[in-house]
Amino acid sequence: MSDRILLAHGSGGRLAHELIEKVLLKPLSNPLLDRLDDSAVVPFNGRLAFTTDSYVINPIFFPGGDIGKLAVCGTVNDLSMVGATPLYLSLAFIIEEGFLIDELERVLVSVQAAAREAQVQIVTGDTKVVNKGSADRLFVNTAGVGTVPEGIDISGSNAKPGDKVILSGTIGDHGIAVLSQREGLSFSTKLESDCAPLNELVNEMMSASRRIHSLRDPTRGGLATTLNELAAQSKVGIRIEEEAISVREEVRGACEMLGIDPLYVANEGKLVALVHPEDAEAVLEKMQRHRYGKNAAVIGEVRPDHPGRVVMKTTLGASRIVDMLVGDPLPRIC
Amino acid sequence: MCLAVPALVKSIDGDEAEVELGGVTRRASLMLTPEAKVGDYVLLHAGYAINIVDQSEAEETLSMLREMARLGEDNE
Amino acid sequence: MRLADDFRSSQLARGLVGGIRRNSTRKARLMEFCGGHTVAIMKHGIRQLLPPTIEMLSGPGCPVCVTGNADLDKAIALARIPGVILTTFGDMLKVPGSRSSLQEARAEGADVRMVYSTLDALQIARQNPSRQVVFLGVGFETTAPTVAASVLQADKEGVGNYFVLSLHKLCPPVIKAILDSGEIRIGGLICPGHVSAVVGSQSWDFIARDYGIPCVVSGFEPLDILQSVHMLVSQVEKGESRVEIAYRRGVSAEGNKRALEIMYQVFEPGAAAWRGVGAVAASGLKLRKAYQRFDAESAFRFDPGPTVEPKGCICGEVLRAVKTPRDCKLFRTVCTPANPVGPCMVSSEGSCAAYYLYEATDER
Repeated sequence: MSDRILLAHGSGGRLAHELIEKVLLKPLSNPLLDRLDDSAVVPFNGRLAFTTDSYVINPIFFPGGDIGKLAVCGTVNDLSMVGATPLYLSLAFIIEEGFLIDELERVLVSVQAAAREAQVQIVTGDTKVVNKGSADRLFVNTAGVGTVPEGIDISGSNAKPGDKVILSGTIGDHGIAVLSQREGLSFSTKLESDCAPLNELVNEMMSASRRIHSLRDPTRGGLATTLNELAAQSKVGIRIEEEAISVREEVRGACEMLGIDPLYVANEGKLVALVHPEDAEAVLEKMQRHRYGKNAAVIGEVRPDHPGRVVMKTTLGASRIVDMLVGDPLPRIC
Repeated sequence: MCLAVPALVKSIDGDEAEVELGGVTRRASLMLTPEAKVGDYVLLHAGYAINIVDQSEAEETLSMLREMARLGEDNE
Repeated sequence: MRLADDFRSSQLARGLVGGIRRNSTRKARLMEFCGGHTVAIMKHGIRQLLPPTIEMLSGPGCPVCVTGNADLDKAIALARIPGVILTTFGDMLKVPGSRSSLQEARAEGADVRMVYSTLDALQIARQNPSRQVVFLGVGFETTAPTVAASVLQADKEGVGNYFVLSLHKLCPPVIKAILDSGEIRIGGLICPGHVSAVVGSQSWDFIARDYGIPCVVSGFEPLDILQSVHMLVSQVEKGESRVEIAYRRGVSAEGNKRALEIMYQVFEPGAAAWRGVGAVAASGLKLRKAYQRFDAESAFRFDPGPTVEPKGCICGEVLRAVKTPRDCKLFRTVCTPANPVGPCMVSSEGSCAAYYLYEATDER
């Protein structure tokens, strides 16, 4: 077998089958996937949660993860954010001709490791190969399904004034870890992406309260954008305290150097929960006992005033608006 | 006027230094501050050290501000 | 001592705010020249903490904002030349020129790359010997020495494919021009901290001496700014006009001699056009004859096209502090960070962007 992906690998012929059997199936093998039918057929009861995502991250390998881990965790987390138990994922690759098969294998090993931790199965997939230059090395697309337990209705539009805003940990880790690898911005740090599957954490939280109104993971656009989305969806105001938000020293340092605000930097292993005030403490306690919620804290609350707006009390005690991200958080110089 | 941050000089190699800010390190040029030494803090702007931070002045300023805060509290 | 954190202490801030409130009896209109100060003031909600006797005005010290369309069009035209790699600081990417922006040019196929430093631009030049790397030089005296240093480095190494489009500007001449115009009256000036680190506080002596305006050189942390306001209020109350340094840890009277030497070795003052102010004599930096071969303007043939100014945009008046963003009909209605009409809304240091993003009003 060649050491690089060729156009022929995507054309459905012998080379394609060789790729599937020798490279793709081995790490992901499970009874459903191994059948290699055009569709996976699974038994199902109850309400279906269904999500899709595409991953185009560059660089593909970054401190703390890679595009494979990201794809699984991202999809699992999207399902968790509506209170669903994630079950099955699809995995589709669009690979640029010339991509090293070794690297593809590394990605698949990550996919399997993440899937195992999240207790989900990859049950169907697809592979296409495109000409050099048509895809930025590797694009990944996923779809994920899960079940939502009876009586659970977690949505961005369910927030109520009085709800506490809980953040599960430090912000900015993923974005800065990835940025540190980009050309033209070279700085080095021990910082790793926080990429992680949060379904178990969410389970723990749901065992402490049936009054978790909203859940969302602050990925692209960061915490600021996510809070604005929730405020807009539920037509409520959100008030947070700058002092309560945890930022790692390295993230702060990098953000200072580059002129970026950590509130707008992507996270891949964190969540924001809007919880009925009476249950907040119990939920927080469960979170802090979980490895992905160690630094969980109440950072603010939902208010009836200034609907759609997020206001932050600064460390100096003054107030300022925290708006959504506009465009890219470009490192600024002046 | 432009964004510059205080960073610690960890090592020097000719015209360039490794500087650190909150656990993040970067290489920086000392062409504008050739007299910078390891252990100095420099103002890092666009990859160059544009001035050396006077740490004793920093201490003095902080002391003065603390005094002002203390006096303020006494007045209240 | 942790340099950045220590200057953000809320306890010490309260002490300063208390001092300001106790001392301030006379009305004082203070201007912060620098865009970085405007952002820090808005971001930390400092205006809310000050007593009603103090009015804060934002000045034109945002190098992105004061770059005119004609100059920006040059950069875009250069980026479109086949073989050219246009390297630039991030803030310039989205600024709208007469017809386009660097970001749009990139989407259409121009090789435009964001860099954090001229060091990175030089590296790109070394790694791409068959391409021409042009660095878009925008910034005041804080940045110009770093660009000058990169030219000297390129010269020393014999890097033949590195060029600079110098749109650099000097601060003292434009402050003088604004004060001479008599359009605004200010009672105190918060002087740019990092420009001063290079040029020294002595560069502002003429303001106190010839115009009777108190000046304080300020750092960028909340405590630095509050301390500077405190010092300005003291001068105002006593009827003094001197230049003082609040940012003592970063600024001296003479500045950084080496940095100035390097800057003036490579650059010389020339005429420059400032958005909103117009042409100001000897306020720009041009490459000296000895370094002509690095000058992008003479090295390439390009046509920036006719200059068109954005209709209805009052960036110019905002920059001169004659109007505030709230006075602009387009502010928040048409002109937003997502759909900027002028650079003051695009630049992360622009007044309009700062007002839009940070002001806690119920207007919206």
